[in-house]
Amino acid sequence: MQPGRIAFIAAMLCGACAVPAQAATIHVTMDKMVFSPAQVNAKVGDTIEWTNKDFLQHSATAADKSWDVVLPQNKTGHIVVKAPGTIDYICKYHPNMKGKIIVAP
Amino acid sequence: MRRSWMAAVAALCLMPLPAFAQAAKPNDAQIAHIAYTAGALDVAAGKQALAKSKNKEVRAFAEQMVKDHTAVNKKALALVKKLKVKPQDNPTSQALTKQAKAKHDELAKLKGAAFDKAYVANEIAYHKTVNNALQAQLIPSASNPELKSLLETGLKIFEGHEQHAEHVGADLK
Repeated sequence: MQPGRIAFIAAMLCGACAVPAQAATIHVTMDKMVFSPAQVNAKVGDTIEWTNKDFLQHSATAADKSWDVVLPQNKTGHIVVKAPGTIDYICKYHPNMKGKIIVAP
Repeated sequence: MRRSWMAAVAALCLMPLPAFAQAAKPNDAQIAHIAYTAGALDVAAGKQALAKSKNKEVRAFAEQMVKDHTAVNKKALALVKKLKVKPQDNPTSQALTKQAKAKHDELAKLKGAAFDKAYVANEIAYHKTVNNALQAQLIPSASNPELKSLLETGLKIFEGHEQHAEHVGADLK
């Protein structure tokens, strides 16, 4: 393991100690032109991680365009949800792919 | 059978886009050929747009068409190889090709914003036609389940393209 990676993990662990509830990572896949699950429930501070299992490039793009994660085939990408509310998102390349994140405080 | 194919081809002379629905029920070898041809023609249209357009959004869309349809056709080729199906040329594929050639020549005479608008309008119409054909004719006629499944995924992809093209078209206005 590289020193940089150890430092990174150590930093992650300390970060986790500092907050009362540990942030979760919620996984969403893109497979056969759907986000699965299409709707996820998260808490502020959680990470949403997408994995593209399709043979095409996709994206996870907020309906209000506040974030845009481009996902080539077999790649993952993520965002951290920072505020409570409902976030609708689409694949900007295939706008018939729709997803939703419900963020609790 | 032959007569209804001919009727479909004859209908093309009158209509702006190929009339799939009038053709007789195609077999898997013909379906594979039609689907592959439809994809290859859109790759060619995308390449024409990349050679001519300077609009960032139009270029991004055209690039995606080239990439997506190439990827789908690669899957289709791998599948027909696995199934030992030899794609069979047919009047629908020929009509599509003829129609695309005419559109290519028409677009070749346009420049700038006029080209962009005409390309995107044709992409919307083309995807609509192909999607209707997939839904109404090609998917129901496909007998091999793997071919049917690929066509169904293809339909979702191309419906995405149709919506994407509509967004690009709306931004051009």
